[in-house]
Amino acid sequence: MVFSGLAERLQETFKKLRGKGRLTEEDVDLALKEVRRALISADVNFMVVKDFITRIRERAVGSDVLQSLTPAQQVIKIVRDELAALMGGTQSKINLAPAPPTVIMMVGLHGAGKTTTSAKLANLMRRQGRRPELVAADVYRPAAIKQLQVLGDQLNVPVFSMGDQVSPPDIAKAALEQARREGHDLVIIDTAGRLHIDEDLMGELRNMASIVKPQEILLVVDSMTGQDAVNVAKTFNENLSLTGVVLTKLDGDTRGGAALSVKAVTGCPIKFAGMGEKLDALEVFHPDRMADRILGMGDMLTLIEKAQANFDAEQVEKLNKRIKSMDFTLDDFMEHMNQVKKMGPLDQVLGMIPGLGNMKKMKDLQIDEKDLVFVEAIISSMTPWERQNPQEINGSRRRRVAKGSGTTVQEVNRLLKQFEQTRKMMRQLVGMEKNIKKGKMKNPFGLGKNSPF
Amino acid sequence: MGLFGKLKESLSKTRKNFVEKIDTIVTGRRHIDEELYEELEEALIQADVGIEGALDLVEKMRTEVKKRRIGEPEELKKLLKEQMLEILGAETSSLNLNGGKPTVIMVVGVNGVGKTTTIGKLAHNLKADGQSVLLGAADTFRAAAIDQLEIWGQRAGINVIKHNEGSDPAAVAYDSLQAAKARNIDVLIVDTAGRLHTRSNLMDELKKIHRVLGREMPGAPQEVLLVLDATTGQNAINQARLFKEAVGVTGVALTKLDGTARGGVVVAIKQVLDVPVKLIGIGEGIGDLRPFNAREFVDALFETENNQQQAG
Repeated sequence: MVFSGLAERLQETFKKLRGKGRLTEEDVDLALKEVRRALISADVNFMVVKDFITRIRERAVGSDVLQSLTPAQQVIKIVRDELAALMGGTQSKINLAPAPPTVIMMVGLHGAGKTTTSAKLANLMRRQGRRPELVAADVYRPAAIKQLQVLGDQLNVPVFSMGDQVSPPDIAKAALEQARREGHDLVIIDTAGRLHIDEDLMGELRNMASIVKPQEILLVVDSMTGQDAVNVAKTFNENLSLTGVVLTKLDGDTRGGAALSVKAVTGCPIKFAGMGEKLDALEVFHPDRMADRILGMGDMLTLIEKAQANFDAEQVEKLNKRIKSMDFTLDDFMEHMNQVKKMGPLDQVLGMIPGLGNMKKMKDLQIDEKDLVFVEAIISSMTPWERQNPQEINGSRRRRVAKGSGTTVQEVNRLLKQFEQTRKMMRQLVGMEKNIKKGKMKNPFGLGKNSPF
Repeated sequence: MGLFGKLKESLSKTRKNFVEKIDTIVTGRRHIDEELYEELEEALIQADVGIEGALDLVEKMRTEVKKRRIGEPEELKKLLKEQMLEILGAETSSLNLNGGKPTVIMVVGVNGVGKTTTIGKLAHNLKADGQSVLLGAADTFRAAAIDQLEIWGQRAGINVIKHNEGSDPAAVAYDSLQAAKARNIDVLIVDTAGRLHTRSNLMDELKKIHRVLGREMPGAPQEVLLVLDATTGQNAINQARLFKEAVGVTGVALTKLDGTARGGVVVAIKQVLDVPVKLIGIGEGIGDLRPFNAREFVDALFETENNQQQAG
């Protein structure tokens, strides 16, 4: 049980309810007990859970749920609505200053991920056409400045630093002046991690805020934080009047209850979510989608957005034409693979597809991106003619390809077989197109146990 | 201020939150009733013990209360302390430093828990004890992680074996071990990059480091320390489980115990996975890493204000 996420737990709970035609008040209580247990195990703060359960119970028992023909669905809907409401309702954006530069202060405990998130945010905002500057104001942790500089170099975003002998408020002030001179419209200040109970360091942050007057003070919170998340959020909020929250490390298996707690305590919207180690792995936080995800209803919207951001429209169009014309070759196969790869780590992409969220648990579906490297090597070891005519690759050619790619003939065979299956699936997909339009989409990328992607 | 005093001071926040809660629950009550048990369960949950752990502890208390015919709510506090101590084990589990020369300590954990800082402190402590220490900078992934370790090395006067950023961490581990052997070093500490335990490819990388160390020296690494952030909730159990599966974690270093975070997760980890806590980080100074002692830990946790003055 320890392994199952909040989504699975709730699903399990409601599976029991789903079988029943009608619910009694005791049934609802039983379900809510499971919801409570799940939420607490998900690290949602205890008081927040209490409040949540009371609200759900009121709605569940008070409304016509008990008389409804589909009571389980009703309960799910209520839980989902309340969950989304608790997390904030709608998505948020960065508040921009009427006269640039916009100033953002990143604050949080040690190890929450402030420096990485600062760099990710700079990257995201630049993609949206801003000219950001990063400010290294963590003068305490060894090599923190260097870390920001390295990340800035990778992104080609300038990093303002004055070494570790100047006080952080002074650094922030000087950075702001320089940003004005050099025409940056966005200044992101990476501050030092601190304990929320450390009065001196809190004072330093308050001081910095009063000097630079930031439009945004974002609290960076590790999504794995336990019950203490409320204390942290509360103290930071009382000291600094936070404007938003960034949740980090959400790509792990944490149930992310801290998200609910922090939101409930501060009232601040959760604006972004850190979803991985790469510098583009910062996503706008969508509370409604997150609620769906927590409840195991998949996250197609994010997937589609990712596909749009990363797919080269022209390439996809070309690919689609080829699929339709049944002219799908190994070259197209590789291109298709690369397009999917661009959307991000595959296990994440899979997790977003409704219904696949659960299957992900199965060991054999654990897709290692290294496998794709082998696939690429094998295809690259073929001649252009072979790639166009995979059915013509005979035994001796297979041996040569295996040698050339450093794999075995068996692996080459497997790939060719998988390719043939994919090709068949593609044909079916073309046939299914009408169904897809009707919303019966089942397996949009041909993902399956034996498929390499 | 002695060691005990410092520990108590840093745990004072935890104690205040937790013990005060227990106090308000038990004092002024005449009977031990269902409501009282429920409130104790809630207090334990809020200390991050987790729902399973809390239910278990309360269940045990119930049995003991019946068995010993305890009637006074005040007695429950002593009982709870006893129960927690039983789970944590009264014995101190110290680092195994006699496994060979060099003793290799591999340090693992998720991102941002304080691995590098812990290593800096640990190296300092070991050196102060008269051991010769070498550090291996096998976190080749995070920007400036190598620099961070080097700064700690300089502070403690300890050499660091490093490659460039982005190089193979197993190769760094290999070189570090060769260097440690050649220089007749007592303890080699290998830093690794923070990684989420769910990333199977990164866990494979960790296994490789572990394998390479074992191949170059049978029995190495003698210690695999999992660094856990005390503010982490129930996910810490998943972390411990998966790291244990991958590289056979031999002990936990619990960091950032100097905030309001409770030590509750320690109880859960010992209970579920039987991995002992060996070290705790109770401050930001280089000397603020201490061996974990369950009795002191629980004692400090349950110290009343009155006794505290006498002891401090």
